[in-house]
Amino acid sequence: MSMQTLFLILLLAPLVGSIINGLVWRSGSAKLSGAVATSAAFLSFCCALVLFGQVASDSPIEMSWRWFEAGSFAIRWGFRFDQLTSVMALVVTGIGTLIHLYSIGYMSHEKGPYRYFAYLNLFLFQMLVLVTSSNLVGLFVGWEGVGLCSYLLIGYWFEDPEKAKAGMKAFLVNRIGDAGFLLGMFLCYQIFGTLEFQAINAAIDAKSGFNLHLMNLMAFFLFVGATGKSAQVPLYVWLPDAMAGPTPVSALIHAATMVTSGIYLIARLSPLFVVTTDANTVIAYVGLGTALLAGLIATSQNDIKKVLAYSTVSQLGLMVLALGCRAYVAALFHLVTHAFFKALLFLGSGSVIHALEGEQDILKMGGLRKSLPITFLTFGIGTLAIAGIPPLAGFFSKDTILHAALVTSPVLWVGGAAVATLTAFYMFRLFSLTFLGTYRGHAHPHESPAVMLIPLCVLAVASAVGGFLGVPHEFHFMPNYLEEFLKPVVPSYAFEGTSFVGPYLAMTITTVLAVGTALLASFLYARPERVEAISKGFSPLRFVFSNKFWVDELYGVIIIKPFQVISRFFSSLFDPKIIDGGLMLSAKAMRGVGGLITLLQSGVVQFYLFFMLVGLVLIFWLLLKGMVI
Amino acid sequence: MMEKLTSVIYWTHFVAVALFGLGLIGFLLRRNALVVLMCLELMLNAVNLILVEISMRTGTSEGIIMVVFVITVAAAEVAVGLGIILNLYRMKKTVDLSSFRSLSG
Repeated sequence: MSMQTLFLILLLAPLVGSIINGLVWRSGSAKLSGAVATSAAFLSFCCALVLFGQVASDSPIEMSWRWFEAGSFAIRWGFRFDQLTSVMALVVTGIGTLIHLYSIGYMSHEKGPYRYFAYLNLFLFQMLVLVTSSNLVGLFVGWEGVGLCSYLLIGYWFEDPEKAKAGMKAFLVNRIGDAGFLLGMFLCYQIFGTLEFQAINAAIDAKSGFNLHLMNLMAFFLFVGATGKSAQVPLYVWLPDAMAGPTPVSALIHAATMVTSGIYLIARLSPLFVVTTDANTVIAYVGLGTALLAGLIATSQNDIKKVLAYSTVSQLGLMVLALGCRAYVAALFHLVTHAFFKALLFLGSGSVIHALEGEQDILKMGGLRKSLPITFLTFGIGTLAIAGIPPLAGFFSKDTILHAALVTSPVLWVGGAAVATLTAFYMFRLFSLTFLGTYRGHAHPHESPAVMLIPLCVLAVASAVGGFLGVPHEFHFMPNYLEEFLKPVVPSYAFEGTSFVGPYLAMTITTVLAVGTALLASFLYARPERVEAISKGFSPLRFVFSNKFWVDELYGVIIIKPFQVISRFFSSLFDPKIIDGGLMLSAKAMRGVGGLITLLQSGVVQFYLFFMLVGLVLIFWLLLKGMVI
Repeated sequence: MMEKLTSVIYWTHFVAVALFGLGLIGFLLRRNALVVLMCLELMLNAVNLILVEISMRTGTSEGIIMVVFVITVAAAEVAVGLGIILNLYRMKKTVDLSSFRSLSG
């Protein structure tokens, strides 16, 4: 079988699965529709594995068809499966398969969840289009496609107006980012005359005569697109609300894959972003700001999924910070490890919610280590990994990012270290409140079925050892596989520059901070009554954090309210009076003139004959005068 | 030729104009569809009269040939016109033109 065929199977298997589940079969059983969807995803994953082996040893796979042309402007349906794509495709299909499997157990109480599995498979297809496209237009198609699936899945339980609204919010906020993406695309065509990634990157490598100002602008607009999809300040507000969807959806779309497409976009265009230093400064500080803001909010949320959602925003902020520091491999490394442990954490929280029959408030949990031992263990590994405790995955990826921040600017490093500390704090707070201490609720928790536990275990192993994929260069005991592998597509830029602390000292500081905070948080929150005593001293801060800095309210006042006022003005005054009024006026004028003319249409035949005669006389008169002919 | 014709006026012209005028007035003012049709014939024949007169006076035959054509066409026109009037009568049991006003705008 040729590699091209294999690639098409990789791409189309989830689409076929989606069509079978959504349009053809519509099975009423979660097991049957889940089996179809999972096997489609697994088939895709197997193809991705084979193709991964192919690109590791041989050249990338390319194929394209003509799509549309207008004069010299030609767009092709182009696909390119290279090293970067293979990493993304493995993450997407691998974690996708596990989450499909998990969903069979999670959705077993739903009646006929074929719609859910159809959406989930469709999402996988769109995500694969996004990561395999060889040009910006194809990427945009996938970009919008995953946005659509995200909307459909957030609002999966659309009977609840709150959840339907959350879906709409995600969709609308993403539109703002997409406007930026489109502007970036237009500028790209203006500057380079092409939208193909290979051509753009080659053009930048070949000569440097392009207008740097325009390129900065283009980078900035593409980044605006990324802030929408990857939930950065100021457009991150949709992601916490997106938790209204089923928990496996949060794990797949809103933690592991879709939200990282902004990171992927920038990594894909890394030769461009290396040059645009002004845009990079913006990117780095936006990332840092997002990471800090979301980390602070996460410390005082009581909904298990909301904590994880803000944690996702915060970790995405770290990745964006790495992008701003031009550490593209570091960002991708964190993307991969984050996909492992955040999917694990979300699935673990799903297992907890499933066990407690829908309870999401961590204050009503506690002591679940006894009743949910496997969830407890795997969730614990995920927590250790995200908190950056060595030698788990998060430690290496976070350290790579912090190292890049350190050589770029001390401010970024201090901020990044603060984010790492915050991460350890809120994650261990969550972990302690959920699993340690004594149970404070009234449900009868029971361990989840095996179909849900297998993905948890697989992801726990990945979270534990995933860090060895990209061991930073400071440790000399292992090569950095990820960097070696990605070298042809995402060049790693040598970081030159002096820093005020050495890399080892910096690493030691962040690790000690993380471990210390983790111990402190688990000590504090294992017994909530201790927290009561301490939190009184911090009540103003807690008040600010638990109200999420009033960002939603602020947007309500500065954007939604004025928009409503303007809309109301237009709907009550402009539309009826000026638009409708103008139309009615012209209609009235027409009717008036018509009324005058109907006077001639008396219906009396002889009246018409008279006019005929007048006409004849006129014609003859003109003929005689020689004015006609 | 043109000057010669317009410079001389014969009594037959007065008769023709009178006939034509009567026909026109009746054509425009009478209500009875049959009478209107008859007035139309009157006007046609007023023109015929002039054509015959010119033909006789100049000794040429074009006018007379024209008259034959006019009579032929008039015969056809009357056949059609009477057919229409017959249908109008069947529709409303009257040939009064004032009762046929459905073209009113």
